[in-house]
Amino acid sequence: MSFLTLSITLIFVLIPIILSKTLRLDLEKDTIIATIRSIIQLLAVGYILKFVFDTESLVYIFLMVALMIGVATHNAQKKGASIRGITWKVGITLVFVEVLTQSILIGFNIIPATAQYIISISGMVVGNSMVLSILFLNRFTAEVETHQDETELILSLGGTPKQAIHTQLMNAIKASMIPTIESQKTVGLVQLPGMMSGQIIAGADPVQAVQFQLLVMFLLLTTAAVTSVMLGFLSYPTLFNERMQLLRGK
Amino acid sequence: MKTSYKPAIHFNHVNYSVEGRPILNTIMGSFPEGKITTLVGPSGAGKTTLLKLCNGLLSSDSGEIYIKDKMISSYEPVELRRLVGMALQSAPMINGTVMKNLSLPLELQGKQLPEDEAKELLHDVGLDEEFLSRNIRDLSGGQRQKVSIARTLVNRPQILLLDEITSSLDRTSLQEIEELIVKINRKYNTTIIWITHNLQQALTIGNYTWVMMDGEVIETGKSDLLKSPVNDKVKRFVKGEVE
Repeated sequence: MSFLTLSITLIFVLIPIILSKTLRLDLEKDTIIATIRSIIQLLAVGYILKFVFDTESLVYIFLMVALMIGVATHNAQKKGASIRGITWKVGITLVFVEVLTQSILIGFNIIPATAQYIISISGMVVGNSMVLSILFLNRFTAEVETHQDETELILSLGGTPKQAIHTQLMNAIKASMIPTIESQKTVGLVQLPGMMSGQIIAGADPVQAVQFQLLVMFLLLTTAAVTSVMLGFLSYPTLFNERMQLLRGK
Repeated sequence: MKTSYKPAIHFNHVNYSVEGRPILNTIMGSFPEGKITTLVGPSGAGKTTLLKLCNGLLSSDSGEIYIKDKMISSYEPVELRRLVGMALQSAPMINGTVMKNLSLPLELQGKQLPEDEAKELLHDVGLDEEFLSRNIRDLSGGQRQKVSIARTLVNRPQILLLDEITSSLDRTSLQEIEELIVKINRKYNTTIIWITHNLQQALTIGNYTWVMMDGEVIETGKSDLLKSPVNDKVKRFVKGEVE
């Protein structure tokens, strides 16, 4: 695709801007900023990836993955500002998910240990883990807020913090995992996943593309489950103090 | 409160604040053992906070609280909350049947509540045993409060804290709950601390009364004090001039 053809695709940006202006949604500025950011970020990453793939240096692979995890952590932690030490909790979760998935993939020889595979798959894993973290933190903080009475009830009856927060924690873990599971139920019937479509457009064998897509989907199931469970169990103890009291803006 | 009774709970210069805003100021006094003490006062006086300090849902910033002559901090939180039970104003329930709710305190300890004991508890709070299998969604406000009290009693607390448990009840349910609390007090010699907005209730049910305003205890004594208060603020409150 030439740059001229690519610039024509900006029509797809113009449509939401016109709609926003007409309906006074006040989203024009955000749409323009998002477009400019995505152009700059993706072009930059394209050149960086080309450089890293050419060098095949482990240091650069590590730096790329570290950068992804750093940015994802920064983005996700904003949603859990009320939870003490949320930045390192999200960071540890993302690092653990990345190490776990890459160890299985490379350990079982499912993918070759090259920059091309490691970085591409890390992007999907870390990105998905970030979205899951945001979904989980959003739901968990809302559950804790709206069910304070139930939490205090269990505590007042002599329950431990873990018992007091159990239902809210499980609800948040479940709710954050549902979109991943649901989207996989209709995959291929309703939507063709982006990675698979990209490969097919680029001329790859559709069956080969499907195989890779299946690998990614299974990977994302583990990512979703491990992210929400791990973040949940790291987060809930900080909502209580050593006297088993629920902490609230004190 | 000057009394010859042994204190179940004693406060010594207790203060509590949230984000620098004082909620309780230099609380001093005792709740007598085996008696019913009512806490009255306008909204925002710090009554609920005081109860939560007693069963360890909150901790004071300074001062000492003694429960049964022992510093509150010397109790393990779980031990303290079983000794000092609390029925919350909203009577929160877990989804499911009355039996499930009654079993909760023992389930938290990994034990089972025998059905006979559950029936006896229901009987104690004036509910028929057929309620055991009822879903909590099908209970009236009064019935929920009774289940909430019965559930608190499962731990056999020696001190029972009640936070406005009759505020949203009709006259009949209110009377039933009042009779129930007096019965629990007499049958188990349980010390009762009861927050109420109903001054008539404080007069007829309570042995003692604390009047609280703006985080301070303004006047304490036998419940009769509400008939002829000494303090001007309390006089205005009793007349209904302070909400």
